[in-house]
Amino acid sequence: MRPFRYERPATAARAVAAAGGEAHFLAGGTTMVDLMKLDVMRPERLLDITQLEDGRYDFIDWDGKSLRIGALTAMATLADDDEVRRRVPMLSDALWLAASPQIRKAARIGGNVLQRTRCAYFRDTSYAQCNKREPGSGCAALDGGVTRGHAVLGTSSACIATYPGDFAQSLIALDAVVEILGKDGPRAVRFAELHRQPHSRPDIETTLEEGDLIVAFSIPDADFPRSRYLKVRDRESYAYALASTAGALRMDGDVVADIRIALGGVATVPWRAREAEEMLKGSSISEDGLERAAEAAFAGASTTEDNAYKVDLGKRTMVRTFLELARMEG
Amino acid sequence: MAQNYDPAPEAKSNMGQPIPRYEAVQKVTGAKIYADDLPVPGRAAYGWMVTSAIAKGRITSIDYTAAKSVPGVQLILTHENRPSLADIKTFAGGGLGITDVQPLSGPEVHHDGQPVALIVADTFEAAREASFKLAISYAESSPTATFGDEGTVEKNLSEVNPRYEPIRFNDADAAITNSAHSIDVEYYTPTQHHNAIELFSTTAYWDGPRLVLHEPSQYVWGLRNASASMMEVDAENVRVKSPFVGGAFGSKAALTHRTALAAMAAKQLGRPVKLVAMRDQGFTHSGHRQETRQRVRLGCDANGKLTGYDHRQWEFTARTTPYSNGGLEKTVAMYDFKAARTDNYVVQGDRNVPTFMRSPAEVPTVYALEAAMNELAAKAGIDPVEFRKMNDTRVNPVNGVPYTSRSLNECLDAAAERFGWTGRNPEARSMRDGDWLIGWGCSIAMYPTQMMPSTARLTVRRNGTAFIEVAAHDVGTGCYTIAAQAAGERLGIDPRRIDVRMGDSRLPPGPISGGSISTASVTSAIAKACDLVDERLGVAKDASAEERSAALSGMAMPELEVVGSWVPAGMDESAIESLYKGGVRISGGAGEERTMFAFGAEMVEVRVNERTREVRVPRIVGAFAAGRIMNPRTAHSQYLGGLIWGIGSALHEATEIDHKRARYVNDNIAEYLIPVNADIEQVDIIMVPEVDEEVNILGVKGIGELANVGTPAAITDAIWHATGIRIRDLPVRIEKLL
Ligand SMILES: Cc1cc2nc3c(=O)[nH]c(=O)nc-3n(C[C@H](O)[C@H](O)[C@H](O)COP(=O)(O)OP(=O)(O)OC[C@H]3O[C@@H](n4cnc5c(N)ncnc54)[C@H](O)[C@@H]3O)c2cc1C
Ligand code: SF4
Repeated sequence: MRPFRYERPATAARAVAAAGGEAHFLAGGTTMVDLMKLDVMRPERLLDITQLEDGRYDFIDWDGKSLRIGALTAMATLADDDEVRRRVPMLSDALWLAASPQIRKAARIGGNVLQRTRCAYFRDTSYAQCNKREPGSGCAALDGGVTRGHAVLGTSSACIATYPGDFAQSLIALDAVVEILGKDGPRAVRFAELHRQPHSRPDIETTLEEGDLIVAFSIPDADFPRSRYLKVRDRESYAYALASTAGALRMDGDVVADIRIALGGVATVPWRAREAEEMLKGSSISEDGLERAAEAAFAGASTTEDNAYKVDLGKRTMVRTFLELARMEG
Repeated sequence: MAQNYDPAPEAKSNMGQPIPRYEAVQKVTGAKIYADDLPVPGRAAYGWMVTSAIAKGRITSIDYTAAKSVPGVQLILTHENRPSLADIKTFAGGGLGITDVQPLSGPEVHHDGQPVALIVADTFEAAREASFKLAISYAESSPTATFGDEGTVEKNLSEVNPRYEPIRFNDADAAITNSAHSIDVEYYTPTQHHNAIELFSTTAYWDGPRLVLHEPSQYVWGLRNASASMMEVDAENVRVKSPFVGGAFGSKAALTHRTALAAMAAKQLGRPVKLVAMRDQGFTHSGHRQETRQRVRLGCDANGKLTGYDHRQWEFTARTTPYSNGGLEKTVAMYDFKAARTDNYVVQGDRNVPTFMRSPAEVPTVYALEAAMNELAAKAGIDPVEFRKMNDTRVNPVNGVPYTSRSLNECLDAAAERFGWTGRNPEARSMRDGDWLIGWGCSIAMYPTQMMPSTARLTVRRNGTAFIEVAAHDVGTGCYTIAAQAAGERLGIDPRRIDVRMGDSRLPPGPISGGSISTASVTSAIAKACDLVDERLGVAKDASAEERSAALSGMAMPELEVVGSWVPAGMDESAIESLYKGGVRISGGAGEERTMFAFGAEMVEVRVNERTREVRVPRIVGAFAAGRIMNPRTAHSQYLGGLIWGIGSALHEATEIDHKRARYVNDNIAEYLIPVNADIEQVDIIMVPEVDEEVNILGVKGIGELANVGTPAAITDAIWHATGIRIRDLPVRIEKLL
């Protein structure tokens, strides 16, 4: 490993002041330390934020139908929260189905949404080409690489790396808001605006600015008992999604009153399928209708030989999610 | 959720006691000492192996400046400055080397991940940091990754292995062509890596002229001799210690580059050097299961009697070293074929050299045969279990040599009964549960009964305790406990009172721990030693335990030491000499005088989601017969692990290769998938009693590599039964079922 300094700022304000350049936040470290060992991330200073202000950012608060979650809440804590499981199962599901018990215990949800891609060429510095790691160096994946796990939505000619996380799909589906403490004070952005598609600069993954600390996620309308996160993968646990759907449904009799669809495992960023939602709103749930909506959700897909199956699998996953949600007791 | 894990299977006839392995608690509490934990004299230095980032080309220059400036760096070895080493041969050439390319032998790069430098520093961190700063420039050429890629070279195995003979038994072509039912299908099996939890570590230090190696090994005597000849020192002066091995599966049998690297550095620095190939480096350091293509033509008459069998195998190997596992001389012995023909080819590309991996020859070839048996049974409209039973044989059909014992039909019956196979609807897509399609499939498992010469030193004491010393290895199987049981049963001593020492080349030589050889060979040598004790004490061979223990407590001297040595039938005493030289002479399987195999039958249920196509395995049943079972509990573990391994082989395990760069991309255990607990539900194991008086003294057949053979054929057939889709390339991933 390369030498680095480890610090533990006492307050969020001090952490923000200290961050920037090669000074990075350290939450659970399951992404950060992993990538440091691989020499992909080379921080000079690590600012451990896990104990900021005595757990001030580790909370789960309901206020009526709105839910606020501190960014330093462990994945496991949120996954196991009874009220969350009951009132908005898709949040809990997405965490339960992610990683392993050990990782869920260490990792925090702020770090979780910022996890980096699993693209093998990004994670191994012995590959010369990776625009995300070395801007302008090319893309080994697109240049004859193995791309079975890569994205089909939101890709660019510079990068097709998949956003690997699960939980972010539930947040984007729920119209979550990210609360940030920055060098210029606090602000809030829509979760949907947190991640950037690769375009020509896949190295810039978020809209966060230097020193920005995520302090909480808030969901103004979080009551979705009829919601779930369906994850399709190569084995039953401890594997990233090949395709997943965060789905939520509110019915008015037979008619869809509100529907939320986010797609994981298939896109370069957390992916909301708004067109599909629009097509389904106001009608009843049918297999045909779902299939048409799924078609629309993947209309813009761009594939390689290895990952072409993700279009079909992604659609099937979405359809299955809602067929099963429709069967659930409202 | 393993619902019916049975911790202590009962001992049926011809089975020893199901005692827990003695070190079980120490193992699960982390108290057991492995090679890398052994203390070393003085302060160790730490090595980091720098491996090539390209698969083909040459090193044009190395800039050491920045790397050497990292504080604590002591030594950087490359082909430009490494001391001389003698060449070492591979297994095929009678040696123990993993490859024909010697460590740091030149600027040429033959495969991805080839060691190109060793950095040694006072700390691991400094060595690692320096590795980021060692600037190596390459002239790269375009490599050949695998089948179908430009630049492959295909050879008939007989071109590279003069001893190989393709089988031509009657006219298989005509037999197949004239069959009432026949199939002609191709199968593919992927590259797989052992990925034992314990990494490839080596610690080396010198004590004057003597070299000590702490290295997890499946063959300490072999490693001792091979590293001695490589380092050009006297074998007497090399000692290998490997008290326990944290999983090997074949990957710790060979001499790899790291041993010489650590030994050279330790010599140059005059202090111990610790070196570990990291998880990703392990993918290119110590071999893998080669990917194969298999073409099977198979026919049967209108009644379902097999006629002709034609099996051709292509194995993908390194350009430098045409490694092959073969195996078709065994599949032809499985059923009552009337005619057979086999051919084996190697296909070379710019890859590291494959090696043995749990049931090396059997996993791909038996998968292909058994998948073909299932396809033909379906085509002929015969139940696949019945189909196998009606084609059972008591002899190897090719040469007429009888089986010493064969309980395949008993296994099929036992598994079918437990599984509830009878009445399986032969139609595909005939069973479902809601959105889940259900299918059943079956296969046989088999493994050749193989043996190697072994010695064992036995010391019996007047106080009723005993002591066994043999340089065998416990690779996680319970070998220590079984050695004690073997002696205890013969001497009438509680095995708990028998101390066993293994895993040290100072001990009398034992066999390589590969090919499921250990138990059969080591217990035979122990039995010989027990005979010597009888002779020396004047006890009759058929004396009772009481008579024996009376003789022991009545001994004049406090202890008596004997060395038993055993050679398998068909080998002469020179085999023992070869053993002392670290040689590998193995006999068994489809031999010229005996046909020796262990058998099993496996039945599996799968569920496939109709829409998203995930495959689940809610239950699997395996029934196995393998001669005397020394310890049903440890045997149960081997079968359990084997079946789970088989599920992984069918559904999860594969090393992915970048075709353009000929590099492994999922070289970590997050992305190299094996089953996790959630993938495994009900696993049922039945041990069918079997007596075999011919194979060896105790009638033991090896079981470590039995249960994972065939499982993928059972699972692919179950998937076909559920969905109507025949998948012929492994593993079965979701996209193949969409
Ligand atoms: C083997 C393995 C399997 C996995 N499987 C899955 C899976 O199936 N599904 C899944 O979703 N995830 C999976 N993960 C990813 C895992 O969930 C993430 O690594 C984890 O959630 C990251 O959280 P952390 O607290 O450890 O973040 P860290 O590693 O500490 O931080 C990650 C990044 O976020 C930054 N950061 C952290 N907190 C903040 C904050 N509050 N504000 C601003 N920046 C911050 C850090 O500077 C760093 O850049 C897996 C990880 C591993 C190692
Ligand atoms: S897909 Fe993106 S992350 Fe992967 S190699 Fe290409 S640029 Fe790098």
